[in-house]
Amino acid sequence: MSHLNNITIKIWRQSGPADSGRFESHLIDEISDEASFLELLDILNETLIESGLEAIAFDHDCREGICGTCSLMIDGRAHGPERGTATCQLHMRKFSSGDTIVVEPWRAKAFPIIKDLMVDRAPLDRIIESGGFITAETGGAPDANLIPIPKPVADASMDAAECIGCGACVAACPNGAANLFTGAKMSHLNLLPQGQAERFKRAEAMVETMDEYFGSCTNHGECEAACPKSISIDVIAMMNADYLKSKFKNRKSLSR
Amino acid sequence: MHPSSFGQMAQTISNERGRGPVSGTAVGKNGKRKPFLIDFYSTAVGKKYVMAITGIVGIGFVVGHMIGNLKAYLGVINHQGGRAYDVDVYGEYLRELLVPILPHGYFLWIMRLGLITAVLLHIHAAYSLTILNRKARPVKYQSARDYQIANFASRTMRYTGIIVVLFLFWHLADLTWGWFNPGFEQGAVYRNLDASLSRVPVALIYIVANIALGIHLFHGVWSLFQSMGWNNPRFNQWRRGLATGIATLIVVGNVSFPIMTLAGVIDYDATAVTQLEELSE
Repeated sequence: MSHLNNITIKIWRQSGPADSGRFESHLIDEISDEASFLELLDILNETLIESGLEAIAFDHDCREGICGTCSLMIDGRAHGPERGTATCQLHMRKFSSGDTIVVEPWRAKAFPIIKDLMVDRAPLDRIIESGGFITAETGGAPDANLIPIPKPVADASMDAAECIGCGACVAACPNGAANLFTGAKMSHLNLLPQGQAERFKRAEAMVETMDEYFGSCTNHGECEAACPKSISIDVIAMMNADYLKSKFKNRKSLSR
Repeated sequence: MHPSSFGQMAQTISNERGRGPVSGTAVGKNGKRKPFLIDFYSTAVGKKYVMAITGIVGIGFVVGHMIGNLKAYLGVINHQGGRAYDVDVYGEYLRELLVPILPHGYFLWIMRLGLITAVLLHIHAAYSLTILNRKARPVKYQSARDYQIANFASRTMRYTGIIVVLFLFWHLADLTWGWFNPGFEQGAVYRNLDASLSRVPVALIYIVANIALGIHLFHGVWSLFQSMGWNNPRFNQWRRGLATGIATLIVVGNVSFPIMTLAGVIDYDATAVTQLEELSE
């Protein structure tokens, strides 16, 4: 185990939604290269508290890349320089001694800052509420594999279902669009037989709810690069195709 | 926890545009639907479809226009008992399209109106999406972004687009209306082309504008597949190649005209063709 020295953290401080906010610099003399990025912030917070200052507020929960709670813009990249991981899976060994690391909250109109690095990602929940569900019978649990699903279909659906709803796609998108999130959540259900009953209602509802909060897709592909689950922008194309179909089907020809 | 119980911390996001309850909930969609096209165009995804479809129209025009222009390299041919530049004959042929069915020049105007509509829709969709995108991030990142995938072409679409539109007006004023063309003659395509592109500053305008067009197409051709929902493992790997191919084809073809004119390959010779006066004699 080795250490990194003289790490400067330039971090965003904002006391509340109405505050304009500012960067604040802190010097970390020594940190283990095995520390995760969130542990670095924990250690920094301990020193802040010990010296009577207010701790930096940041979102985190599972710290193993499955909950989608952590959300930091590190050196201009959502979830930092490591591909396919969340902030909690980023370790200090990816940095070098003497580095200055800039940490910012995610910025979008739909994600207002609550405090420091915490943002309110409720609009993603609104999109899920509008169509991220299927209709299933209550009662005893059905036997597994009652509905045959081809392996490639199950795989494609699972790839989309990997989305942990962290909002990195919105943060990374130059337009503040949530198309990767919405596309993933929609494709996950629209690909499976269980999702067919609501398929076109879902496509229309989710796209139009997304439209109320977020920007539009210009196919840069930044979201795919930022996604901690590396979800492909293929799901955006699938969403677009289903949205067009829904506009016909939801009118007169729902049964065809 | 209900958002309001957060008190000051929670910031509820108001539904400014007032679309009403989302259509997938048990509430159902309220009220009468707007006419299909307006309803579809009112969403960002719908506008992207319009961007893609009008873009395809534009690509079709640009490719056809470039191929038609290549006739300038075929020089003089025998035509109706006289000698004429092949590209002039081609220009006249465009007005003659579908002539026994439609009067002279009508089909050309139908195509022109289609193109004008496509260009206006493309600009309107691009403009309203840009406004939407600006509003989606009112406070920019305060530190430098480190883009991973976004390339020069995708990041400059609106600027290359503006260059192409400005060039379009110049191009029409130069070679269709003849405002800036010394000794402009309606229908004498080869003569007007030589007269315009022999001027070095004008040749530079054409070169710069066509490179901008190529950059625009490099992202546009790839991007339209995503916007149209055309995503299939069978052809996905060809999308980038197609975009590069079309962009290269257009740039190489169109940039060749000013360069070849300056090099003297395209050089109008009034004595090589049968003039109208001679024909009428």
